[in-house]
Amino acid sequence: MNQVTGQEFIYAMSAVGAGIAMIAGVGPGIGQGYAAGQAAAAVGRNPGAKSDITSTMLLGQAVAETTGLYGLAVAIILMFVKPF
Amino acid sequence: MGYGILSTIGGLGTGAGFLCKAAETVTEAAAQGTLAAEEEKSAGSFMISLLKEFKIGGVTLHITSTHVSLLIVTVTLILFAIIVNRKIKKAEVSDTPGTLQNIAELIVEAISNMVSGIMGTNGRKFVNYIAALFMFVLLSNISGLFGLRPPTADYGVTLPLGIITFCLIHYNGIKKNKSKHFTALFQPVWFLFPINIIGEFAVPLSLSLRLFGNVMSGTVLMGLIYGLLKPFTVAWPSILHIYFDIFSGCIQAYVICMLTMVYITDKTGD
Repeated sequence: MNQVTGQEFIYAMSAVGAGIAMIAGVGPGIGQGYAAGQAAAAVGRNPGAKSDITSTMLLGQAVAETTGLYGLAVAIILMFVKPF
Repeated sequence: MGYGILSTIGGLGTGAGFLCKAAETVTEAAAQGTLAAEEEKSAGSFMISLLKEFKIGGVTLHITSTHVSLLIVTVTLILFAIIVNRKIKKAEVSDTPGTLQNIAELIVEAISNMVSGIMGTNGRKFVNYIAALFMFVLLSNISGLFGLRPPTADYGVTLPLGIITFCLIHYNGIKKNKSKHFTALFQPVWFLFPINIIGEFAVPLSLSLRLFGNVMSGTVLMGLIYGLLKPFTVAWPSILHIYFDIFSGCIQAYVICMLTMVYITDKTGD
């Protein structure tokens, strides 16, 4: 079997690290789903405020998404920029 | 409306993107040599591709696909602004407004309503910047549909937008609250000062990373689908384009404007 060089090992581990970093996507998924569920309940209770509820929900979801995007940024840096 | 600011943003974005890209590619090339260039060629359309490079005083500058799409987006916006400006100046009160005038009025009215709805009456002076930001980001995000690589999928374009917002926040905060703007950093208790400082600098970072991450993930996914499923990509990727380019692009343009306004009102509010 061929010897694995240090550089190859670093590339392989970078790919594994990128995969692990994307576990961060779980949190925003749960959070956004919860926000959407609450917004649906709010529209059911008060259909007149639908546009207000929608814009507030979108804003909150966009902020909740930030942590997931940090994970994505880490994964992209590990995969494509190859800092090591 | 001062559409002149459109060109300012475009110019700033191009300039900063230019510098970041130059620095990035220089270090990358130094680290990996020719191997990286070969890899980039085969990696597909979602990578930033190098088109031309030239030297100014020892610094190598690179023209990449980001600059080309930025130029196209900016020129489109400026042309639109000039044409609408001509039309509106010539329009009489008694005329029936044409299609172009209706579209322009719709955009101006919608953005004006959005700004005054969030920032209140003192938001009038921010309408120009928010309108420019909204149209620039919207057109950049949608440009993936027209076969360009979206300029906002380059961190060198979104970071300047975050930095402009950062400067606006603190300029207006200092103008409104004078020295209270700085004492607010020690607000609940004094030892929270470092945390507050980090919180202030996280604002432009999270703003730019949010836009970059959303557009970049869409670009990477579309690139993977077109690259890996080459013979089978007939018509059905249009559904993904609807989500990643149109839906996500519009939402992100709305969100970045919304957050910019919210952050500014947070500092200048009563």
